Parts: sequence; C-alpha cells; structure tokens
Amino acid sequence: MSEPLDQLVVVGAGECGARAALALRAHGWRGPIALVGDEEVYPYERPPLSKSMLVESLPIEPKAVVDAVQFAAADISFARGEVASAIDTAARTVSLNSGRSLAYDRMIIATGARARSLPIPGGELAMSIRSWADVALLRPQLRVGARVGVIGAGFIGLEVAAAATSNGCDVTVVESASRILTRGVPAAMATTIAERHEKAGVTLLLSHAIDRLELGDDATVHIAFADGRMLVCDLVVAGVGAVPNTELAEQAGLRVHNGIEVNDRLQTSDPAVWAAGDCCSFSHPLFDNRRVRLESWRNALEQGELAARNLLGADERQSAVPWFWSDQYDLCLQVTGMSDLATSSIVRNRPDGGQIEFGIAADGRIVFAAGVGVGTSIAMDIRVAEVLISRRAQPDVAFLADPSTRLKTLLKS
Amino acid sequence: MGQWIKACDADDIDDEDVLAFSHNGHAYAIYRSEDSRFYATDGLCTHEKVKLADGLVMGHIIECPKHNGRFDYRTGAGKGAPICEALRTYPTRVDDDGVYIEVD
Repeated sequence: MSEPLDQLVVVGAGECGARAALALRAHGWRGPIALVGDEEVYPYERPPLSKSMLVESLPIEPKAVVDAVQFAAADISFARGEVASAIDTAARTVSLNSGRSLAYDRMIIATGARARSLPIPGGELAMSIRSWADVALLRPQLRVGARVGVIGAGFIGLEVAAAATSNGCDVTVVESASRILTRGVPAAMATTIAERHEKAGVTLLLSHAIDRLELGDDATVHIAFADGRMLVCDLVVAGVGAVPNTELAEQAGLRVHNGIEVNDRLQTSDPAVWAAGDCCSFSHPLFDNRRVRLESWRNALEQGELAARNLLGADERQSAVPWFWSDQYDLCLQVTGMSDLATSSIVRNRPDGGQIEFGIAADGRIVFAAGVGVGTSIAMDIRVAEVLISRRAQPDVAFLADPSTRLKTLLKS
Repeated sequence: MGQWIKACDADDIDDEDVLAFSHNGHAYAIYRSEDSRFYATDGLCTHEKVKLADGLVMGHIIECPKHNGRFDYRTGAGKGAPICEALRTYPTRVDDDGVYIEVD
C-alpha cells in the first residue's frame, strides 16, 4: 500500500499565492493542494487596479490570474472568501474563520501587504486602493468635475491622479516631501513626470504637511493643512505605502522582521513553511546581502513559483533583481535594482525623448537603472540593465551614456 | 488565401532583434535570428496587448517589454506566466528586395 501524499496548503490568493498553487501542480505534485483566499473574487492581477481599472472609458472587470475552470482542471481546492485566522505549526493545521481547519504537511504563506492607513486624525476618511473591492467603491466616484484629493505622490497616488484626471476630475496631489517619487526614482525623471501631471491639469502641492481630515457638508472631506489652510474634496484617496500582512506568521511563532523572514530558498524559520511575495523579507545576494522586502507584481509571480519549486525540493536560490513599472498618461516608468547602493549616476538621453539613468556602485558595478518614456520605448534598455545588474557587470560608462550605442551588445561581452 | 506583403529590408533588422511592422491596421513583429533567419508574429502580446517590438530578444525568445511574458517567436509558444495564450505566427520569405510575410 502506498503512503498517503502530503497535503500542501497555500495561504493567500493574490498573484503570488495563485501562481504558487498552479506551479505546485505544474511541477508534477499529484497530492492535494488547497489555496485559501480572503476575497470573494477569483485571483486577479492587481497592477491595473490603480491604472486602467479607474479610467471610465475602459471596461471594469478583474483581470483573472486563474478561474474556476482552471482550478478544477488543476484539481486545486480553493477556499474562496475564507480568512486564515491561525496557524498551529506543531499540529500543522490552519484555522479558518468559517470554523474549518485545514491540515498541512508543507505550506506557503503569500498573504501579501495591505495599504498603510493614514496616521492622522480622520485618516479613515481617505480611501485606499489595494483590492478589487476598493476599485468597485472608488471608480464610480471618479466622475467629471469631482474634486479628488490624493495624499502621497508615490506610484499609487500618481497613478490614481492620472486616471482621475483623464476621467475629468479636478485632482490635487498632496505630498509632504519636496518632490514626487522620492523612493527610488531619480530627481530628473520625477520632474518629467511632475510636469506631465501639471500639463494634464493636476495640482501638485509639495512640502505640504497635513494635520487632519474632516468630514464636511454634503459628504465632502476636508484636508486640513498644518498651516491652517483647508482643501475641500469630494473624495480623498491615500497612497502612503503598504504594510506586510505578517500577523498570521507572528502568531504562528515564525520569525518576522519587516516581513516574514525567509532564507535564500524562501523558507521561513519553520522548515515546513515557505513565504513569498510582498509579505516576506530576505537577504539579497546581489546587494550586500541586505534584507529586502519587495512590493511588485513580477516579484510576487516569480517568488510564488520559486517557493512552489523549492517546497517540492528544487533548492533554488532567490536572486531576482527588483523590477517594477508605473503607467501614468502615455508615460511608462521602469525601475530596476537598488538606487541607494549607487555612488554615481550616468544619464542616457534617448533620441526619442526617453530618459535613462544608471546607478553605478563604488566598485564600478551597475546596481540600478530607471527610465521614463512614451509607451514602452525605454523597456529594452532597462531590461538590459537588469541583466547586467544580475551579472554584477561593470560596463563602460561612456558606452552607457552614448545614445548611439546598442546597449544589448553589452550582454555579449 | 494568404497574401504576401513586404515588411522590411533584410538589413533593417540586426541579428537577434525585432522590428515593428503594421499592415491594414494590424500590428506585426518581424524577427531576425542569430543565424539570420526571419520570423513573424502578431505584434501585440496576448496577455495585455503590449507592443512586443519594444521587448528584448534573447536567442529565440521575445520578452514582453512590460510584464515579461516570454514567447518562442519561431512557434509563438508562451513560456510560462503570465502568458496563457500562444502568439500567432506568420510565414516569411526573403527576396532580393526584402522580407515578406504572408498575412490573411
């Protein structure tokens, strides 16, 4: 008689968890796989939530990662709309809010991150965007003439501003720092993007500290600034960062430090449990082994699949270079690597108007690149940079700066 | 019956590279492999309709410039997530005066 096969459980059904569950099956696992997701909809892609999904003229439907038919075909048991409330690592069970309990032999935690709440009085009056439910609530309010206050000039805030403006809203972005996109985007590129917003009619209020939010007449929300001034809005959206969902792991006794701590195989402090995506942090071999936590779609997808392979015994090291993109109007921004490891920067001005900036570390290694341009015009340069970063390459800086060179040839050397 | 149309001159594309081409409002991508063979596919990614000719070609793989979906441009086969639909391919031939593709 054969031994019963291990039970595999994936907690969290965003891009990462869904990809992990599919990958477990795709890599030949024949035993039971259960996926637990706390949303009522099937797993969907989150990047469009703050982009195309808010634009009135575009269709509103979640972009599915996987649907019921595919789950059935892969024989994945999907606990939809169920919240995992506790993990018992000794008994190897996951308790669900519904009262059910799932036994596991090996588990992947992919609980993701949530929008950071605004830490000021009245902060709860601001909406955030993280889920399909958030979009369903926000989109109908982004009507022509609506006065929209956006708090935070990071990627989410600026993407919302771009979408709302294209819907004909009257948009004001409020940022406490002296420029937009302070996190990992070179100043020159941030200026290009700020100018694009202003051209579209967005008001950017930089170096503006907010004291509180207040409910006004006719369901308006007032942004009260520290200097006493007031901005009346029909709605306020906050994009002030994300917080990893680590409570479940902490309660289970797993080590947590800016995310669930995993080793370079994405294994947590409990060898039967892996973690992947926005919820986990790991030492990055390419960047002085510093502990990083990545919040990006591609990382979620790749780590979900990597955790699945490693759970099945692959023993592959996590070494992907951080990469993400943002769409605002006709512009696309792409960023790869770690900006703060760079000690000098090299600018490449493309003939099509696209701007690229490379970051070089003290030892001559390329460690960072960012680009902004119309459509995906800068994508290939950034992708080449990403490969160079992964190879710890020390490219000739004059070659990088000269727009007439073909960057791709650096991959052959 | 298909119709053969000229897409570009052979030396418009470097080896291991891609060029955008459009005909009757339809976007195509024309590829030249490392051994100077020519291939053609639809020009937009099957995942989110991103223009593939802005992507990086490595070997026989074209990579979507936004979401990193990968295809073998010789067959159109998708190479993993987020791609779940193959890319359509088109026959090509090279004449003295250029690269032709056969479209509908």
